[in-house]
Amino acid sequence: MPHRPCHPRHRAQAMKNVLLVLFALSLIVAFVLILILGRPGPADDELVLYAGRSRALIEPIVEQFQEQTGIRVRPRYGNTAELAMALREAGERARADVFWAQDAGGLGALVGAGLLSPLSDELLDRVEPHYRHPEGLWVATSGRARVLAYAPDRIDEANLPDSVFDLSDERYRGRVAWAPTNASFQAFVTAMRRQHGEEAARDWLTAMQANEPRAYANNTGILEGIAAGEVDLGITNHYYLLRRLAEDPDYPVAQRSFERGDIGNLLNIAGVAQLTAARNPDTAQQFIAFILSPEAQQYFASETMEYPVVESVESEAGVAGVAGGARPAPGDVAEAAPQVDLDELEDLEGTLRLLREVGLL
Amino acid sequence: MSPATATPPAPVPVVAPPVAGRTSSPPPWYLVLPPLLCGLGVAIPLGYLAMRAFAADPGELAELLLRWRNVSLLANTLLLTVAVLAVTVALALPAAWLTVRADLPARGFFTLALVMPLAVPGYLMAYTLLAIGGNYGALAQLTGITAPRLSGFVGALVALSLYNFPYMLLNLRAGLITLDPAMEESARGLGLRPVAVFYRVVLPHLRPALLAGSLIVGLHVITDFGVVSLMGYETFSYALYAQYTAGMNPVYGAWIALMLLALAAAFIAIEIALLRGLRLHRTGATTTRRQRTVALGAWKAPALALLTLILLAAVAVPVATMSYWASRADLAALAPRLGSAVVDSLAVSIPAAVTATLLAMPVAFLARRYPSKRSLALERVSYLGYATPSLAFALALVVAGVYLPDGAYRWLYQELPVVLVYAYSLHFLAEAVGPVRAGLYQATPKLEEASRSLGHSQIATFVRVTLPLLRSGLVVAMALVFLSAMKELPLTFLLSPLGFDTLATNIWSHTREAMYAEAAPFALLIMLVSAAFVAVLLSHERHEA
Repeated sequence: MPHRPCHPRHRAQAMKNVLLVLFALSLIVAFVLILILGRPGPADDELVLYAGRSRALIEPIVEQFQEQTGIRVRPRYGNTAELAMALREAGERARADVFWAQDAGGLGALVGAGLLSPLSDELLDRVEPHYRHPEGLWVATSGRARVLAYAPDRIDEANLPDSVFDLSDERYRGRVAWAPTNASFQAFVTAMRRQHGEEAARDWLTAMQANEPRAYANNTGILEGIAAGEVDLGITNHYYLLRRLAEDPDYPVAQRSFERGDIGNLLNIAGVAQLTAARNPDTAQQFIAFILSPEAQQYFASETMEYPVVESVESEAGVAGVAGGARPAPGDVAEAAPQVDLDELEDLEGTLRLLREVGLL
Repeated sequence: MSPATATPPAPVPVVAPPVAGRTSSPPPWYLVLPPLLCGLGVAIPLGYLAMRAFAADPGELAELLLRWRNVSLLANTLLLTVAVLAVTVALALPAAWLTVRADLPARGFFTLALVMPLAVPGYLMAYTLLAIGGNYGALAQLTGITAPRLSGFVGALVALSLYNFPYMLLNLRAGLITLDPAMEESARGLGLRPVAVFYRVVLPHLRPALLAGSLIVGLHVITDFGVVSLMGYETFSYALYAQYTAGMNPVYGAWIALMLLALAAAFIAIEIALLRGLRLHRTGATTTRRQRTVALGAWKAPALALLTLILLAAVAVPVATMSYWASRADLAALAPRLGSAVVDSLAVSIPAAVTATLLAMPVAFLARRYPSKRSLALERVSYLGYATPSLAFALALVVAGVYLPDGAYRWLYQELPVVLVYAYSLHFLAEAVGPVRAGLYQATPKLEEASRSLGHSQIATFVRVTLPLLRSGLVVAMALVFLSAMKELPLTFLLSPLGFDTLATNIWSHTREAMYAEAAPFALLIMLVSAAFVAVLLSHERHEA
């Protein structure tokens, strides 16, 4: 094609366009260079961590580990369910060493897929048997209790239910908040199915639905709903309110446990596991050992307001009282929890089927 | 092939026969290759979903698909979609006209500010709206008035409309800017009153822009999860996403994603049907001139009041809420993480915006200038990529990574955001295609023909003739992709380099732990950075318009 001279204005315009494109491309190149230079090359002794727990909660622990051991941790933070699915999809070829999950369900998905390696006895023996997988495929790192949150200015403490089963009573019609799509609620339903049987769980869910509860997206939504006056009670995890109160002492919500041993007091866990795909099993177990060390456990007790899983560390999160007793000493909330083997909480499929059946999902 | 006589510009849209091809020769390879690659890129997630879907157990699948609840969820979704479209058009049409055509004071400010709601992540908009009402809400604490909180259908409608209407606005603005003023002049010359000119000339010419905006807004509503779940309004995607993540089961997740895609495909088909045979460019030989500015006169005050009201609700409320939360945060402790989050956010959002726009040009050009079933199909595939739930999109690329050797995986996935930028560009390609397409509708092929007949190659013609006419469309395309990339979560979680830390992931991780004070500075920054980027882009648009 012969190239003919064109109008200078057009040429200037064309030049301008070319310059724009070049400018855009150079921006990309500059950013790539910044990223390459800003990140040292990957080393073999680094640890790839998939963390379904919030960065805000666990980053200080990860940093302490790096400082003490000199091992570089390369984290991928995200949502437990999404990370579990990604690890499951990558299978044996997952380029990750450790998975730190928010709940037992996330770990269960990987147990089911055969993607977790057994942990050493030395690690497993640091916690009580009910805080670890029976075949040693994962170990709990902290506990979170299910509790009853309520509006103290609208409901008298004497009128609070003793058992989670009482929430379907007529007197609580339209006053209860729950979060059926939330993982910790689903773990609680799984525990109820295990403890009281499939029928009892179905009956409770149906009775609850007839009692016009209000559904929220998550646990914080339940607290906001109570504070806003939309509902008077709600079943949630214990630490959200503690964090809320730390930011705002006037927050108009209180919480307490159901009676001792009630399934509504389920002590759920966050847990950690080593992947079979791990390139560096020793480093992986070293990291897990650090999470179970007294200083890390103390961090969970005092900073994230969860329950430590190691005997030697005292909980500081025992704000809640227990139904049917005087205000108990801190730590009693963990004692009020029902005896449930946490690996049984892995059976999510059955719970989802039940929730679909009663129309909650 | 079209008549070359210099007829006066047509005052109404020319409805052409179904295949309104400009040329019958096949498109050159360099025009076909990029759209084909985009099509393949988008097909990867679809192929992944199909592969997983086939592994399903029929009994359990029937239980999941054939439920009456799905029907009621679908009805909820459609109701919400129609309502959001109506509200966004009602907000965006006057706003677009006022900021493009009227002698509005502080036009530049309003143009920029009205795009800002796009910088607010949807779930954050929902959080702030929820924080207003109720016994313990901002209103009660500041004034003592207790109003019920927004929730359910109305809550979802308000939140989705407030942060989605700028999609409509930007498309309409691009349409209005490139609109040929000669048509309105002819219509006025023929005796039409200004209002009639708007309804009979301007509005019909804005149809591609309206449809492009509706498609984006509609797909957003259909696939939204954050807003509807916080507002407690159960739509199809809400229930499906809840099962997707709760079950952690890729097989049923795939079916769920496919159901959502079917819904989106129906929506896309409707748009195609409405666009068929539309040709809006000038048929005459003259070029488009600068547009006249309309004097508002006594309407100035109401116009300003309307725009201010929109801005108060969509921008001032989130900013005020975030500022209040941020006032309780320890900013000094957060400062280093704020800085790294800004760098990481920009490091992927800017390349994604540029890449998606570069890809959108050949895709839209091929479909407009070489219309055929195949080229139009390629253009539509980009919308399917947009409608694919981003979690499914991310999982597909995770699976693709399994087949890479360690070294390549490390640099493409773990060290550099190559795959993340690739994913953003393809997932958000549709947002770039819409404005480019709307611009192409207005750029007459006659000018290109003239350039070709003067001996310029097709590429030279594109660079010298078409591209300048497309500028406002390209600017909008880049702005839209940038803003979406800044907010994106599932793709970022699963495909970002290790240790990557964007503003959006920080907001998410703090709000989910009820740490609102710590989340707020990140939220304010996401709005600030987005505002700055869009301001640079739009100042360029105004300069050229």
